[in-house]
Amino acid sequence: MSSFWNIWIWVLTLGSLVGCFLLLRWCLNDHTGVKEGESMGHSFDGIEELNNPLPKWWSTFFLCTIVWAFGYLSLYGLGGWGGLLGWKSSNQGILSLAESKAKTVASLAEGSAFLVQYDREMAQADAKYGPIFAAYAARSIEDLATDEQALKVGQRIFIQNCSQCHGSDAHGTTGFPNLADKDWLYGGSPQAIKESIMNGRKSSGMMAWLGALGGEQGVKEVAAYVISLSGRSVDPELAKAGQGKFALCAGCHGTEGKGNIALGAPNLTDNIWLYGGSKRVIEESIRNGRAGVMPAWKDILGEEKVHLVSAYVYSLSQD
Amino acid sequence: MKNIHEKVEKNVGLFFLFTVMAISIGGLVEITPLFFQKELAQPVDNLKPYTALQMEGRDIYIRDGCHVCHSQMIRPFRAETERYGHYSVAGEHVWEHPFLWGSKRTGPDLARVGGRYSDDWHRAHLLDPRSVVPESNMPSFKWLAENILDGELTGKKLATFNWLTKNRSHKDENGKAIPLYTQAEIDGAKDAVKGKTEMEALIAYLQSLGHALK
Repeated sequence: MSSFWNIWIWVLTLGSLVGCFLLLRWCLNDHTGVKEGESMGHSFDGIEELNNPLPKWWSTFFLCTIVWAFGYLSLYGLGGWGGLLGWKSSNQGILSLAESKAKTVASLAEGSAFLVQYDREMAQADAKYGPIFAAYAARSIEDLATDEQALKVGQRIFIQNCSQCHGSDAHGTTGFPNLADKDWLYGGSPQAIKESIMNGRKSSGMMAWLGALGGEQGVKEVAAYVISLSGRSVDPELAKAGQGKFALCAGCHGTEGKGNIALGAPNLTDNIWLYGGSKRVIEESIRNGRAGVMPAWKDILGEEKVHLVSAYVYSLSQD
Repeated sequence: MKNIHEKVEKNVGLFFLFTVMAISIGGLVEITPLFFQKELAQPVDNLKPYTALQMEGRDIYIRDGCHVCHSQMIRPFRAETERYGHYSVAGEHVWEHPFLWGSKRTGPDLARVGGRYSDDWHRAHLLDPRSVVPESNMPSFKWLAENILDGELTGKKLATFNWLTKNRSHKDENGKAIPLYTQAEIDGAKDAVKGKTEMEALIAYLQSLGHALK
């Protein structure tokens, strides 16, 4: 900020403090021309104003606030001057994350006393919790999945960040996969789970098939065939016609409809339905397509925490 | 008459003047200098203007009062940054008119909500918040899916933002200000949003939040 505005701040702040002091001092002396304790000549509804001095406790307290103000300003600074403590809440002027990190690292090198308040808080937390997470990160997900303490921490992170979609019991809801069963869109190995959380999953999406299937009739036929794959009874005529058209679906779901974890294409034969298994919903999925997205968490949680959540999620489907 | 104090007590004009002087000092010291502070006029490196659709979403966010229950201001405390991400900085907000920092969190902070949930989640959540967050007390905003944007004013809004951010946009290599929107973007704004639902616009806006600090 320019020196003009710094001077502006100094003059107005100190001026108003001094002004307050002078006003108080002036008011402590009697300027009314009326004797102390006598009537000021006003009477309203029988209540009379007397010329009494300011209460001592009040004027003393006022003086104390002025002294306090000077103390506060000298510790925390004023208009361009950082104060005796050099205190700052955060680095507000930064223009990128890299700059934010660089500033923290630079002041950390000078010693923790030079950190801004926020960085100091983080440094203390890192010293306390960093080794715990580092120790967990060094172990394999399979190993962590049997460690009750690690799972507790993982569950906390899960509830905080994942439950909004997958539910606090991880059983999912319509459109958001159940993580506690053995049915996986992108694979249920520890590595696959961690990869899903780290980088997210953006399925190429199931396209809308209404046009390619030649209209509503085609959708009905394929839906009937898909329903028959999980052993439910359907109109055999429709299903037979649908089977012929299923070749279009086989590219992702496989010729037997068992799905493909490389593409995130679900298994259609296990009677587990992400968007619902009714005829109406299956027809809707075929008609309009679906495109589920799992966000990437590596920037939000960092790898160490993702590792722990992965262990928690992995543990849910282990008996 | 020796009682000087009486002059102030009995003269409304003078009393008004002194009152205004006394209460303006705080603002003159704490607010006025900020208008001229360079740090508060410099966008963060990766700040991008809202697209036409996101801009319409922002207006819906204001219209439906999202900012009454949601803040967009992550304070520099570990308790906040662990949950929401890096604390908010001045340079992320230099193009905001008005600021949507909010002042109360009935729901969570949204400053970095972009990318945290899928579009599908937002749709389910705006239609029926309890379908995904059972304990939520957020109202349903189901009309968003039914209202269609006509885009009549979208171009004007973009042009207005060019004017509002005149001295605070990114600079090119010669130090010349680059306007937020080109004339082509302003002309194409109507077609970019026409026929889209308010739901799509609001989700586009929400997904755009918080990516500027990289």
